[in-house]
Amino acid sequence: MEKGSVWDLPDVPEGQLPPHIQLQRTRVHCNSDAPTHTENVQYSGAYSSLGVDNSLQLEQFRKNFRVDVIRLEKEEMEFDMVGIDPSLANAFRRILIAELPTMAIEKVLIANNTSVVQDEVLSHRLGLIPINADPRLFDYKSENDDPKENNTIVFKLHVRCERGSPRITVKSDELKWLPNGSEFSLETSAANSTSKPKTYTSFHTSQETLHDFSKKPIAPCHPDIILAKLGPGQEIELEAHAVKGMGKTHAKWSPVATAWYRMLPEVVLLKEVEDERAEKLVKTCPVNVFDIEDVGKGKKRAVVARPRGCTLCRECIREDEFKQDIALRRVKDHFIFTIESTGALPPEVLFTEAVKILEDKCERVITELS
Amino acid sequence: MELGTIEDPSSSTFTLSEEDHTLANSLRFALNQDPRVTFSGYSIPHPSEARVNVRVQTTGDPASEVLRDSCQDLMLMCQHIRSTFDQAVTDFTNEKGLKDMDIKK
Repeated sequence: MEKGSVWDLPDVPEGQLPPHIQLQRTRVHCNSDAPTHTENVQYSGAYSSLGVDNSLQLEQFRKNFRVDVIRLEKEEMEFDMVGIDPSLANAFRRILIAELPTMAIEKVLIANNTSVVQDEVLSHRLGLIPINADPRLFDYKSENDDPKENNTIVFKLHVRCERGSPRITVKSDELKWLPNGSEFSLETSAANSTSKPKTYTSFHTSQETLHDFSKKPIAPCHPDIILAKLGPGQEIELEAHAVKGMGKTHAKWSPVATAWYRMLPEVVLLKEVEDERAEKLVKTCPVNVFDIEDVGKGKKRAVVARPRGCTLCRECIREDEFKQDIALRRVKDHFIFTIESTGALPPEVLFTEAVKILEDKCERVITELS
Repeated sequence: MELGTIEDPSSSTFTLSEEDHTLANSLRFALNQDPRVTFSGYSIPHPSEARVNVRVQTTGDPASEVLRDSCQDLMLMCQHIRSTFDQAVTDFTNEKGLKDMDIKK
């Protein structure tokens, strides 16, 4: 901005911020050396001397808040969240990664493993397999709880590579769901043969009779995850018990591959860039943010065509040539949010669940206070 | 969760156990935008302990009341976010469904 006397500034109507302060408040300015005005002004009385109220007004928030879905697929979605503070956007991101429950394999009972993959390595691999079961239908299993139909999912894996046959690749579709619980009997119960042999789980009913599991059997989300390779004569026989957990305990319980957001980039041409300079500008941008527009009489002009694609590499303002002509900014309250689900729940459900969790947290504080 | 208050109810520190930046930062945001608050901030005394201290100082109202109101505000905001998001998703899927039908014609 050019320096000038304060007295030359135009008068600003009461209750409105002067344009340059408004710009500093709503945009991060990305200069060639470092970004400036990165802070968010939160204090309610920050602009009271200018007659501007910066307090939280729900009405105002309701009016300005907007969500635009850009892309929605089975396991991935992208949407724009406009008119929200970064603290809330970050809270949702953190909850998505660490505090939304899912089901994951926690205990592996290995009966036989003669493959080259060690027991503990195989168990770890099993743990990371996303399981297609709605975690909302299950309870948490605490340390001294019995494994029951409402807190445990049991899978069986029994693969054998016969002698003389080629090597086998064991994939996640070999994990077979056992709706009746474990089939391995406890050694201690062998003595009284009258009753049903006790197993590692105590299911009362088959999980197939619960919810909609008969229509949609529980299985790994992806059938083609490689678990191990078996040579001739090698065998794996095991049982895997999946329980409900949260991403903050172990990343295997995280329902998202990643969830992230970025602020909307804003590219502004402060001066006209024409003819050869325009062509040069278009070439300098590695992500093709600029385009050339014909203005008639053989004249060309650079325009900002795809500001969303800007990665803020600052290549265009690195040399002195365009430094004065281009402003790279980020909109502070516009978030491009991307969620990549692992498959257990669709991404739009994950987000609503994340918002619900933040609500629950607030409610907990309220009940503790009163 | 406990409440650390001395004689003056207008400034207190609240200890939220089993919470982290997720809630504390959002709360700090809501508190700072309340005109009754003169100061608010939070700290995590030790990274391996799951608790945060939230400091609230007000112009005179009891700090616990202001904190409760801020929680209430946050909840209302969350509810609005949820309904807006759900609406946006249904709009998007409906629109997409319509577009797919056009292709078949």
